[in-house]
Amino acid sequence: MTRTTHQLWHFHGGLKLPGEKHQSTGTPIARTELPRQLVIPVHQHIGETGKVLVNIGDRVLKGQALTQPTAYVSAPVHAPTSGTVKDIAEYPAPHPSRLSTLCVVIEADGKDEWIQLESRADYKKMSPADLRNLVRHAGIVGLGGAAFPTSVKLNPGPGHQIKTLIINGAECEPYITCDDMLMRERADEVISGAEIISHALNTAHCLIAVENNKPEAIAALNTAISDAGVDYIDVVAIPTIYPTGGEKQLIKVLTNKEVPSDGLPADIGIVMQNVGTAAAIYRAVFHGQPLISRIVTVTGKGITQPQNMEVLIGTPMSALIEQACGYQENADRLIMGGPMMGFTMHCDSLPVTKGCNCLLVETADQHSDENNAMPCIRCGECARVCPVSLLPQQLYWHASSKNFDQVQDYNLFDCIECGCCAYVCPSHIPLVQYYRFAKTEIWNRERDQQKSDHARIRHDFRQARLDKEKREREERLRKKKDMLEKKKQAEAADKNETEEDPKKAAIAAALARVQDKKAKAADAPKNTDNLTAAQQKQVDEANKRRETE
Amino acid sequence: MRFKTASSPHTTPVSSVNVIMRKVLMAMIPGTAATAYFFGWGVLINICLACVVAISSETLMLYLRKRPMKPYLSDNSALLTACLLAMALPQLAPWWLTVIAVSSAIILGKHLYGGLGFNPFNPAMVGYVIVIISFPKEMTQWVPPAVAGYSQLGFLETLQVIFAGSIPAGMSWDSITMATPLDTMKTQLGLELSINDIHQHKVYGPMFSSVSGVGWEWINGLFLAGGLWLAYKRIIDWRIPAGLLGMLFLLSNSFALYDYSSFTPPTFQLFSGGIMLAAFFIATDPVTASTTIRGRWIFGAGIGFFIFVIRTWGSYPDGIAFAVLLMNMTAPLLDYYTMPRTFGHHWSEFPGHHKKEPEE
Repeated sequence: MTRTTHQLWHFHGGLKLPGEKHQSTGTPIARTELPRQLVIPVHQHIGETGKVLVNIGDRVLKGQALTQPTAYVSAPVHAPTSGTVKDIAEYPAPHPSRLSTLCVVIEADGKDEWIQLESRADYKKMSPADLRNLVRHAGIVGLGGAAFPTSVKLNPGPGHQIKTLIINGAECEPYITCDDMLMRERADEVISGAEIISHALNTAHCLIAVENNKPEAIAALNTAISDAGVDYIDVVAIPTIYPTGGEKQLIKVLTNKEVPSDGLPADIGIVMQNVGTAAAIYRAVFHGQPLISRIVTVTGKGITQPQNMEVLIGTPMSALIEQACGYQENADRLIMGGPMMGFTMHCDSLPVTKGCNCLLVETADQHSDENNAMPCIRCGECARVCPVSLLPQQLYWHASSKNFDQVQDYNLFDCIECGCCAYVCPSHIPLVQYYRFAKTEIWNRERDQQKSDHARIRHDFRQARLDKEKREREERLRKKKDMLEKKKQAEAADKNETEEDPKKAAIAAALARVQDKKAKAADAPKNTDNLTAAQQKQVDEANKRRETE
Repeated sequence: MRFKTASSPHTTPVSSVNVIMRKVLMAMIPGTAATAYFFGWGVLINICLACVVAISSETLMLYLRKRPMKPYLSDNSALLTACLLAMALPQLAPWWLTVIAVSSAIILGKHLYGGLGFNPFNPAMVGYVIVIISFPKEMTQWVPPAVAGYSQLGFLETLQVIFAGSIPAGMSWDSITMATPLDTMKTQLGLELSINDIHQHKVYGPMFSSVSGVGWEWINGLFLAGGLWLAYKRIIDWRIPAGLLGMLFLLSNSFALYDYSSFTPPTFQLFSGGIMLAAFFIATDPVTASTTIRGRWIFGAGIGFFIFVIRTWGSYPDGIAFAVLLMNMTAPLLDYYTMPRTFGHHWSEFPGHHKKEPEE
């Protein structure tokens, strides 16, 4: 409750960017009109796709689950309003790949009729596992943009005691203000959400980090904390440096700890959640409402009236643009997310998804032409601003020459694609594009490698099985032969006993002597006798090879 | 409505190659003006000639290599090479010397390696080394500074010397050219004279000032000022000049303390010849320098080291070009062994650091 002066640290590099935030913070969060039709992509998160529970023609209620998670890392989607399922098929969805994805199309009936909602204001009596389950079935994913299922993050696993919960209200990308407006208007929901997460994680300390360019949000949070009377949540104003809202960067700023490259924040006793996620958890727990809407910033020079609005998941983006009084004349780029990390979309008929924090419309003068790139002059500005301390110019060099082993030696996969390097590049090289290309290419190769490994293993198994069968067959044959042989010998012996003949006996004696001699010669030492274990092993291996060839 | 798609970030450029090069050229103006003031018209004539040759060579190579003309001709990099090289050439160098130096720099030093960004060696220094090895006599045609009672040639006379190779009537080569203070110091020290003797010398004494050579302290001082502005504007990395000047100071100071009569003091070393030009404008060429923070310290210090060694014990009066080229060779290695530690990684994963013993 009392605001302690919290010591802060720095991460390497970063940029001071023009904020461009005031355009969209002038008006309160607007409500959007209920669209006639909603298109809800089944897969809106990181992880496995859920199983569709409804059929075409079904009537669904607002908040009714449309899918059911099929794996641990998965999240369901819910009907954002009541209506009828019109179609379940592939539709274009907002994704950098521009591929279509399975969607449930709901025609709204205008009644907006909720399912039976259950409040769990007594959540403190719930076990962490039950709370996680509630969050999981509410379809809550990280609302900062990554859309990772929240329930997974709430389970740090055995042996991980979470010391600090960090609520991320940094919102470091220019233009985006949905978290800022949420904190200003619904700070109490964020605080309640933080309390619930603290309970689920059994954490005694919580920090809410907000960039110091949002004084209104900081004030609102502090008021909400004193109103709620919680003493373990501190609001920390952090310097406005892009990308301080990145998970690992923010942890470094607040704790001076580095999350290991191949690890998770939980490994160093930290869990981080976005402010929007915290508010969504509050709604799920206190009101029983699943995640069916989110706040979206609609902004940019290409938008007539930039603002924030609460939008049902599945609403077509064009409806949001319309509500913001449409495009400006020279609008030429539609971006989901911010200018630094967002991706462009080819049309505005796509549905809003859980990860859609901002629709940014840029005008033609706001970005450079990618075709004007000059050669790299190795000025090193990119390395100076890289928040991960990579050498972007070396990564570029190796990525452009398709030297994929080298590019991994330079830790390509630690790149967070924040775009700082490309932003400062005097040669205007679209660096991030090269890194994405290299990553995709390496993933593809690994997949191919896995496939061929799989095929090789299968082939080896088959070969081994065939060899085994062959050996067994030979063994059986040999046994059979032996038996026959024995039988013959036994018969012959019987004959000998009956027909005594001195001549035959002499011949037999001579034969026995020869055989004896041969056996003695065979007993004499050979070069294969007295072998060391290693030599014996080599011989065995050679024999084995001979057999298999 | 439909839109074009593109890769992030969706921002306008904050700087560009031609602006960087232009700012470097601008920062050269004070030092160049001082050089022209002390050494006459030859400085400006050399610069103009060098620029014409550089642009022509660049155009020719872009044409032969089928590269787009406009972006590469407007990147100002050829002009910068020309200006740096012109500053290093003697003021009365014959026109063909400048032509050979500059065209070699652009064609051999730059385009044969793949053009802008791909050359491992500083093109200006490549051009300089080619002519100082091939034409050592012509490379000594420096003029006396326009102070201390030395006479200077006019504009037309200078043109005549450079382009026709004939000296004005009533003059001799010896009367219009003169060894540089660095050269004189080296020669006279070689003749077992002490520094004090050289300063008192009837003939050579007047070319020295209390700091370094007459005029040279101003030239170096103004290049230093321009360089500091570049560092302040973050056009160049301050670590390279700091490493270079620091190492030169350290070595010259140590040796001068050891024997002040045969080793020149740090002030003389730092403000003679092209040191400030080299430290802030030549060694900082990003294409051929190291790119990492620690690498840049070593790169700068290495150049300072070789400059001192060549000046003191080598056979050339000034060793900047050789020192720069030597360190250019080491840049890739320096980059490899001075990689920064990636966030979330352990030092033991990086070249040049002890591998962590695998835990049993």
